[in-house]
Amino acid sequence: MEPEFSFTGGQAPRWWWWALIVTAAIVLAAAPYFVDIALQFDLSIIFIFALLALSMGFLWGYAGILSFGQTIFFGLGGYSYAILALNTGMSSLSMLGAILIPVAVSALLGYFMIYGRISDIYLSVITLVVTLIFEKSIRSTSGPEFVIGSVRLNGQNGIPGVPSLNLPWEDGAPLSIESMFHIAAGCMLVVYVGLRLLLTMRFGRIIVGIRENDRRMELLGYDTRRYKLAAFVLAAGVAALSGVLYALWGSFVAPEMFNLNQAAQVVIWVIVGGRSTLIGPIVGTGLVQYLSNWLGTVSVGQVTLVLGAVLMLFVLVFPRGLLPTLGDLLGLLRRRLGGKGGQ
Amino acid sequence: MIATTLYLIVYSIALLVLVSLGLAVIFGIMKVINLAHGEFIMLGAYSCVFCVNAGAPLWLAFACATIAVGLFGVVVERLVIRFLYGRIVDTLLASWGLSLFLVGLVTTVFGPRSWSVPVSFGNVTFAGINFSSYNFVLISIAFAMVAITWAIARFTTVGLIVRGTMQEATIASALGVNPGLVYMGTFGYGAALAGLAGAVLVPITGASPTLGLFFVAKAFITVIVGGHLPLIGTVAASGLFGTIDGFVSYAWSSVAGEVGVLIVAVVVLRLLPLGITGRMRSGL
Repeated sequence: MEPEFSFTGGQAPRWWWWALIVTAAIVLAAAPYFVDIALQFDLSIIFIFALLALSMGFLWGYAGILSFGQTIFFGLGGYSYAILALNTGMSSLSMLGAILIPVAVSALLGYFMIYGRISDIYLSVITLVVTLIFEKSIRSTSGPEFVIGSVRLNGQNGIPGVPSLNLPWEDGAPLSIESMFHIAAGCMLVVYVGLRLLLTMRFGRIIVGIRENDRRMELLGYDTRRYKLAAFVLAAGVAALSGVLYALWGSFVAPEMFNLNQAAQVVIWVIVGGRSTLIGPIVGTGLVQYLSNWLGTVSVGQVTLVLGAVLMLFVLVFPRGLLPTLGDLLGLLRRRLGGKGGQ
Repeated sequence: MIATTLYLIVYSIALLVLVSLGLAVIFGIMKVINLAHGEFIMLGAYSCVFCVNAGAPLWLAFACATIAVGLFGVVVERLVIRFLYGRIVDTLLASWGLSLFLVGLVTTVFGPRSWSVPVSFGNVTFAGINFSSYNFVLISIAFAMVAITWAIARFTTVGLIVRGTMQEATIASALGVNPGLVYMGTFGYGAALAGLAGAVLVPITGASPTLGLFFVAKAFITVIVGGHLPLIGTVAASGLFGTIDGFVSYAWSSVAGEVGVLIVAVVVLRLLPLGITGRMRSGL
């Protein structure tokens, strides 16, 4: 039987990987001078979502924890930023706070789930339930009595007019579309490189070991629960960053950020791209977002209908995702060609 | 005051049993969590609405919804779930895909609006409180579902085979049982229970594409905290959560009730990671 996950990530990246990263960084930095504003705006949101997909791809593909609740931390990050920034007016500190709050919540939730040693499948369902109830709670806060500081939570309608990030070197002017693009692209690239390098280090190897065989790692003397919790919290931090960027991008937060469709989309991005790689979730996000936008413009019906069908199709036919499947095909082709060349 | 609280608690427990028993049966026997459970409930609700609109009496509409969704469950098992046995996570994902697909499909076909059935039930006054007599119907059906499922599992040959497969599928298979057939039947039975639940809920909630979402969160918590024994687990967890939900909903709001249930569930799972029935070796 095919191994469920591949073993990528253990080795240090080679020179061509660094060359690709540097090229990508240069292209993304220069892009605003070539690409029109509308496309920059659309690409920014794809990068922000890619960050969310990365957090899930890391947690699921490498730590083996399938959390349906990445959108909890995404939404909590966005809401925390909106509330802190509107109350204090200090955008950079609010950003920091808006990442710390979801991280604290994830540590608490993760402690109960992971230290209780509930099985993986229970963890998935519990995170899903937390998402559902979190959304319902926020939706029920439309009354005037739900106020934090001076900000009304507004239930369904969300919080409009979220202040923009004031960069010190731009004299406190609100973010332009170009800077938003640079920040989104930069965060995505830095998080991608960071996670890729983390996986080559001791911590990364240990969590991959836990994914492969929890019991064995424990017998080798590792406290697997601690490492799992650390991975869970790290992923929550990345999701929270993505949520803050989302709030900045639209200057708006609403319960749609963490409803079930959004949670399902994250899973679909990761499973379409391939969970056993880090680049897969990024590619998957781009493809699926493009497909959703296209479906929106041609209006062939409900987007959820198509997304549901895509999810079922991938689980049944390509459970490993596009990139690993493509990799397998290329490997097969190379062996075939190599075999012929040798004869 | 006490009577009202008591009534609310019994009602909450019955509601939890109603929406989670189908899920619990499938989970207990097949170890599969069907994330499309809420949509099975929703389909049951729509079937009931159509039967009533076609002129059928309500009890016949209940029966039709049960059978229709049960058959639909069998089809789903054959087309999707069958290929994923042993891959629990993939089953979870595929059933989630199915759930989204069904919500999208029903919204496309019947529109996002809510359909209701024209049934009128009187109110009764009992022990000083005034409430709808339909709620008594709901409570009786919920407990009848448990009793019937228990009777099937305990007294019939089919029940014996299913219990055997639940405990040890390989041994059952060595004795000539076809586990595939048992799983197909179980999935159909669980789906039928969900369909009945949806039909019973229609006079209260109406039928809309997102109906399932209102109930799944509580159903998932109940089943997970209940553990692997479907009947004891569901009844025990429903009793616990129904009590909490009834109290908190009465004191604050239904959302607060749900949050309370969630917090208690997470704490219970920290102490009993396999659920209330996790340590029980055998039973129902």
